[in-house]
Amino acid sequence: MCNILIVEDSPTMRQLISFAVKRIRGASAIEANDGVDALKKLLSNKIDLILSDINMPVMDGIKLISLVRGNPAYKDIPIIVITTEGAEEDRRRAFAVGANAFIPKPIQTQELIKLANKLLEKSAGSSL
Amino acid sequence: MEKENSNFKKADEFLQMFKRGEEFTKALLKDNEKLRYNIVQLEEQLQRAGNEERIKLFEERIAQLEQELSSYHERFREVEAENRDFALKYLEVEEENNNLANLYVASYQLHSTLDFSEVLRVVLEIVINLIGAREFTIFLIDEKTDNLLPVAAEGLETSSVPRVRIGQGTIGTVAREGESFFSENITEAKEVNLNEPIVCIPLKIKDHIIGVISIYTLLTQKAGFTNIDYELFNLLAGHAATAIYSSRLYTQSERKLTTLQSFLDLLKEKTVR
Repeated sequence: MCNILIVEDSPTMRQLISFAVKRIRGASAIEANDGVDALKKLLSNKIDLILSDINMPVMDGIKLISLVRGNPAYKDIPIIVITTEGAEEDRRRAFAVGANAFIPKPIQTQELIKLANKLLEKSAGSSL
Repeated sequence: MEKENSNFKKADEFLQMFKRGEEFTKALLKDNEKLRYNIVQLEEQLQRAGNEERIKLFEERIAQLEQELSSYHERFREVEAENRDFALKYLEVEEENNNLANLYVASYQLHSTLDFSEVLRVVLEIVINLIGAREFTIFLIDEKTDNLLPVAAEGLETSSVPRVRIGQGTIGTVAREGESFFSENITEAKEVNLNEPIVCIPLKIKDHIIGVISIYTLLTQKAGFTNIDYELFNLLAGHAATAIYSSRLYTQSERKLTTLQSFLDLLKEKTVR
């Protein structure tokens, strides 16, 4: 069993990513509207993977990732950034604050599932 | 003397008889040896005959096994081909699943609210996130003036988008004809040209056109349209139109209801006084 936190302000995208996540064996989706909501969900759940948008109100994805990486309790959680911005600069910013992977929108569900599985396996392997 | 001679003669006869006995014994031994040799030869022949029989059996078994092996090879090839077919079908089903999930989410979100601005927001989200458009406008027909009015836009200010007359230019033609327009160079458009959209989707309820979605540019990573994009365009043409139309009616009726309610309250107040 693993919990995947979906941080996305668009309900359409949240629902779509949630559908994809539920197709990962043993995974359940926890949804958050923005960075602050995501931090609350992190406190109350054991999260194994974070899928986050960059452009969000209240707290954006870049700030969220840097806060997560700054906390020793969450610093090893793999993070995939999902955003409409495919530009190299956004990719660089996301990786600079500690994102593990980057998927541009519109997302290819199979690509997302494959990447999530890979990071979950890697994370499970390193925690043994 | 005579007796002595007779003894010599007997001895000689005995010697002769002994010699014949010796020769006979030798002949018997030779025959015995020949017979032994024959027995060995016969035994060898018998064994060889047995081996040949066994070899024949083995050869038959080998032929049978070879036949089985070739049938297994044939079956293996069939199973391999079946596996390839299944793998392809699995990919197709996966793709179909993803497409259905996209369509389900889009239609679910479109009909999840009766708030007009919320419906417009959902349409914007679908066009950005599921189709991958960067700059686009949603136009609705103003039936009083026969103009297409911009009601929402992404990547540009709604107020900066001019009205379009029905029948004028690509957008106006799509609003009049009700047929979608797809430019041949969808990925080449890097800047907004309000007169030359790359995609125009009419918003239709049956044959009644209520507006147009006009896309000017796509996200950098969007290399072109796939089947699911066309499905989404079809879905938007119908479902977005219904959702926009019904939410607009609902919002208008809500507004009228509030006005009537205030009027009734006012009347009640006056009656009480």
